[in-house]
Amino acid sequence: MATLKELSRVPEVLAPGHRMCAGCGAPIVVRQVLRAAKAPVAVANATGCLEVSTTIYPYTSWKSPFIHVAFENASASLSGVEAAYQSLKRQGKITDEIKFVAFGGDGGTYDIGLQSLSGAMERGHDMVYVCYDNGAYMNTGIQRSSATPMGADTTTTPVGSVRPGKLGWRKNLTKIMMAHGIPYVAQISPSHWNDLYQKAEKAFAVKGPAFLNAIAPCPRGWRHDSAETVQMTKLAVDTCFWPLFEAVDGKVRVTYKPRQKKPVVEFLKTQGRFRHLFRPENEGLIEQIQAEVDREWEELLALERLSQEQAAE
Amino acid sequence: MAENKARLLQGNEAVVEGAIAAGLRFFAGYPITPSTEIAEQAAAKLPTVGGKFIQMEDEIASMAAVCGASLAGVKSMTATSGPGFSLKQENLGFAVKGEIPCVVVNVQRVGPSTGMPTSPAQGDVMQARWGSHGDHEIVALCPSSVEEAFRLTVEAFNIAEEYRTPVILLMDEVIGHLREKVVLPSKEELTIKHREKPSVPPEQYKPFAMDQGRIPGVPPLAAYGEGYRFHVTGLTHGEDGFPTNNPAIAEKQIKRINEKISSNRKALCKVERFFLNDAEVVVVAYGATARSARKAVKDAREQGIKAGLLRPITIWPFVEDALSEVKANLPKAVIVPEMNLGQLVLPVRRVMGDSVPVIQINKLAGQLIEPEEILSAIKEAV
Repeated sequence: MATLKELSRVPEVLAPGHRMCAGCGAPIVVRQVLRAAKAPVAVANATGCLEVSTTIYPYTSWKSPFIHVAFENASASLSGVEAAYQSLKRQGKITDEIKFVAFGGDGGTYDIGLQSLSGAMERGHDMVYVCYDNGAYMNTGIQRSSATPMGADTTTTPVGSVRPGKLGWRKNLTKIMMAHGIPYVAQISPSHWNDLYQKAEKAFAVKGPAFLNAIAPCPRGWRHDSAETVQMTKLAVDTCFWPLFEAVDGKVRVTYKPRQKKPVVEFLKTQGRFRHLFRPENEGLIEQIQAEVDREWEELLALERLSQEQAAE
Repeated sequence: MAENKARLLQGNEAVVEGAIAAGLRFFAGYPITPSTEIAEQAAAKLPTVGGKFIQMEDEIASMAAVCGASLAGVKSMTATSGPGFSLKQENLGFAVKGEIPCVVVNVQRVGPSTGMPTSPAQGDVMQARWGSHGDHEIVALCPSSVEEAFRLTVEAFNIAEEYRTPVILLMDEVIGHLREKVVLPSKEELTIKHREKPSVPPEQYKPFAMDQGRIPGVPPLAAYGEGYRFHVTGLTHGEDGFPTNNPAIAEKQIKRINEKISSNRKALCKVERFFLNDAEVVVVAYGATARSARKAVKDAREQGIKAGLLRPITIWPFVEDALSEVKANLPKAVIVPEMNLGQLVLPVRRVMGDSVPVIQINKLAGQLIEPEEILSAIKEAV
């Protein structure tokens, strides 16, 4: 386990001076994850805020090789890079250890990039895919994605007299990635930096594909004070809206269990995108959200128990 | 009437207004700059008129959903920009082949690839024509004002419905994001067309008949769920819609879907003529560039230079006849300003041949072509 002091001495791959918004969760995730790489990295980035705002001509914040191809194919591009590396390595033309990491937002990962992500995971490329999930297409101005939480106000699920924001539950991408049977899958949060660091270490260490899903608040889209970003992620974890867990070779372990699970309303009430849920006409929605959070949490604990039982056998 | 009130509207908003006026009731969207406002407006407005907005998981899916919804009998549209337009091409070709009425808006930005998402371009003119594979005709309309964005969206739906074909509304970022005062026409002032429904009983219905329909070569289209069970496939098919490798049938069918557009070129091709009668120098410009061209022509006239503007409103099929008229007058030059490296200039040059010199003005880095640049080209040409 690293101390904060030690972590602060690890050279940055993402340099300061980029133009992500104040309070954006994405660069925090990137910096925390890359601290655990322990080797030079090659980065692929799907179209999105991170890509746009860290690479504005004539500057780049990336001290690593960096490839942005399109919205839908960070995983496919990196598959090519990694495959070429493996070939060069076999031929003895490269001897260095290099890690391959892809970043994408929820739009580029849950939606348009899911096919290429799935393909890369299934083929078994030695790479880490990190999704920074801010729950909407923030780069184009807050349109819903399949990661948008139920009830959230976005410009394509606008709150009106009939609709209370997004209907339906978000896609459980982390579970979909687990179903790929890859060596390492985890959910992470900037608030729990040590948990995050350890998971990133494991993700980089495994041979084969690893997937990290990070909650990454967007003050613009979530409508919270930009100073409250880390607090948002802490609340997401403590309400079990964003549970912290990992699956190592399919074995599930919940890495953080809140001593006292907070009601999800504690998370919802801090953000403008959920403001309308507290109006009388939307009564019952918060209960629905709570019920779904509870159901997913219980299911996760059950998965963990199953993994423990299998290990004991 | 309330509808006729003057309003300050953005081009992208006007597209949604026009589409709903034309009967749009299904929109499948995906966010992409600079077209996103179209999806956002559709999401907000369609439910209020009993329509449906769905945000899809990508551009491919949005185009596919539009095809599906249209076959179910609902007027359907999607909107995008360069990279998304590229992703849509396969299903756009499917809409051509399946003869599925629909409207695809492309608010052009600088390419290739991700390019310059917030900057205008006219670089997809040839992609609109040839982006999908195989021999096919396409209809593309190009507005150069906010009001025209409204009117051409209505027109796009009318053409799509009448000819059972996808229609591209080829916008650019300037027109998409421009805000102008517009007076929208009332419902009564608009002509709204609907696809022709079959008049035969279901067992006799041939969805791809060679010789049926108001317009020759455009067979009536039933909607799914109306009792007309029929087959739609991207595979080359016969009159009943089922796949065939029979070369005779394949040739007939491919020719029919091409000729239903090409043989109606006269009806489809619209242009605006501005000081063209006695023009010694003719500017051919479309979209946002035509606004600069109009100013340049006006300024030239004020200085006693006989300049004129031909503005193709229909980009595809190409306005062959209007260009031939220009050629017949043997102007000293034809000037084609475009926010690309020269795309529509190619068919212009083909028509002019050796008779009239064709001068290009090109900008491709997101900057508008200014009236002064066109004016000085006019002066040089006379």
